[in-house]
Amino acid sequence: MAQAAAVAKPPAPPRRRRASATPRRLPYLLIAPAALLMLGFIAYPVISVFYYSLQNYNPTKPWRNGYAGFDNFVHAFTKDPVFWDTLVFSAKWVVVEVGLQLLFGLALALIVNQTFVGRGLGRALVFSPWAVSGVLTSAIWVLLYNSQTGITRYLADMGIGSYGTSWLSDTSTVFPAAVVADLWRGVPFFAILILADLQSVSKDLYEAAEVDGASRIKQFWHITLPHLKDAIILSTLLRAVWEFNNVDLLYTLTGGGPAGETTTLPLYIANTSVDAHNFGYASALTTVAFVILLFCSMVYLRLSKFGGESK
Amino acid sequence: MSVKEATKAVPAPVHATPEPPRPAKGHRAWDEAPRWQIYLPLGIYLLFTLVPFYWILLFSLRPAGSTSLVPWPMTFDHFEKVWTERSFGTYFGNSVLVGVATLLMTTLVALAGGYALARFDFKVKRAFMLALLCSQFVPGALLLVPLFEIFAELQMINSLGSVILAETVFQLPLSMILISNFIKNVPYSLEEAAWVDGCNRMTAFRIVVLPLLRPGLIAVGSFAFVHSWNHFLFALMFLNNQDKQTIPVGLNSLMSADSVDLGALAAGGIIAAVPVVIVFAFIQKWLITGFSAGAVKG
Repeated sequence: MAQAAAVAKPPAPPRRRRASATPRRLPYLLIAPAALLMLGFIAYPVISVFYYSLQNYNPTKPWRNGYAGFDNFVHAFTKDPVFWDTLVFSAKWVVVEVGLQLLFGLALALIVNQTFVGRGLGRALVFSPWAVSGVLTSAIWVLLYNSQTGITRYLADMGIGSYGTSWLSDTSTVFPAAVVADLWRGVPFFAILILADLQSVSKDLYEAAEVDGASRIKQFWHITLPHLKDAIILSTLLRAVWEFNNVDLLYTLTGGGPAGETTTLPLYIANTSVDAHNFGYASALTTVAFVILLFCSMVYLRLSKFGGESK
Repeated sequence: MSVKEATKAVPAPVHATPEPPRPAKGHRAWDEAPRWQIYLPLGIYLLFTLVPFYWILLFSLRPAGSTSLVPWPMTFDHFEKVWTERSFGTYFGNSVLVGVATLLMTTLVALAGGYALARFDFKVKRAFMLALLCSQFVPGALLLVPLFEIFAELQMINSLGSVILAETVFQLPLSMILISNFIKNVPYSLEEAAWVDGCNRMTAFRIVVLPLLRPGLIAVGSFAFVHSWNHFLFALMFLNNQDKQTIPVGLNSLMSADSVDLGALAAGGIIAAVPVVIVFAFIQKWLITGFSAGAVKG
């Protein structure tokens, strides 16, 4: 984490008292609004979550509220099978989603980085789902998966799938169905990030490789990939965190169903706090989610040698 | 690697998309794949992207109960019904308000903070940058309970202000990093030259830096708008009254009804998509350069 945060410091600008009488307080004044907002609405809520995780806290049962020690955590790890199920599903969801998004996003970026007729339009069209919300994505795919009138009915005519059940209500098809819906929106994001980095690869390198007789596959392997390494590592991490945390799509597409089949941990937390009003327990689960995220991110950055000897 | 070409092209500035020159007819440039390797996979991917869009457009325009695959005869009944009966007119207004307010607040606060990060060295700078990065790991969805309590304390539940504030806060970190990178791309000597000419810092910034930041600010503002337009959970939690809801919440209630009115859902979806598609068409060429100006580079 600390490595990732290492930002190249510009040399301190020379203090030119003559030209601009800049008070020493100015930078602090400038970041004050942002800092205050983030303290009040991010830092303070995070601390309250840690605090509530040690409490019994349920607005609908005030007589039981109070200090609970680690009871919430003990309950989660020993008496709550749903917690384990959602944890396993979260891992599966993130790995499958991010892996596929990276694969397709990289391929897509490489394709639209070429020069061809209609490139501008092609780029705009394939990136367009990036701007679409999770809820709208759900709406679109609910229409597509509808058993009577959806695309799936036409697929059933061709012998793919069966009539009568929506892909979203069958436990055997709901996972791939949700994955495809999320890919539709997630791949463009990756492609945009990777394309941004692709454009900064110096053309000279390829020309030199060309002169040396390297094949295009070799050029990709030895020039493009090493150059993209840091961007890929970082965007994969950010995307994994985002996919883990994002509940919009699954909440509206499947509601975590059928039979809890597609409930991620954050979705379970949302249900625990919103429907069951069990704030203390939800906070404990949130704390666990934080710790898992932080731990996985550190391990990931360590293993991938982020910022190491690339290029 | 081997020796670089002697005739090195001048590197393009970061905020201009480097467009490789189009090769002459019949001449295959060195970095070009065979045509079919481009058009075939791109075509397949375009199908995957566009069929869902076509599907929702089709459902929104054809009469209920029709199974034709072209929206003909065309009807706008679904739109009328959703706009009035399902109060999408109201939701639309609320969403626009939230989007525009979030855009303005995010851009202003991030501009001030971004300038400080780009142009000064101060005591807590490193810690602050680290906090910005860490905040990317904090999911808004998991802070619903404490956020709800804060807004209840501030008497802001059921007012759009709560959603605007929450959206702004979660947009800030990335926006600030982006803007500070844009500012770093403007040579400091330009500002210093303006001071020598007798401008104070503020005037120098306004005259020299701000015009150069325009594309970057448009990109950052658009991100803020698109994100707040799309965001669902905050509005769902902090707004109870029907007349305060936003479009994603309206869409969700259309979907979770007992018998889903597919035509209405599709029309609602189109209404939800139109503004972001317009914004996207407007900014998509900056999207890529916006990121290459250093969201990833940091």
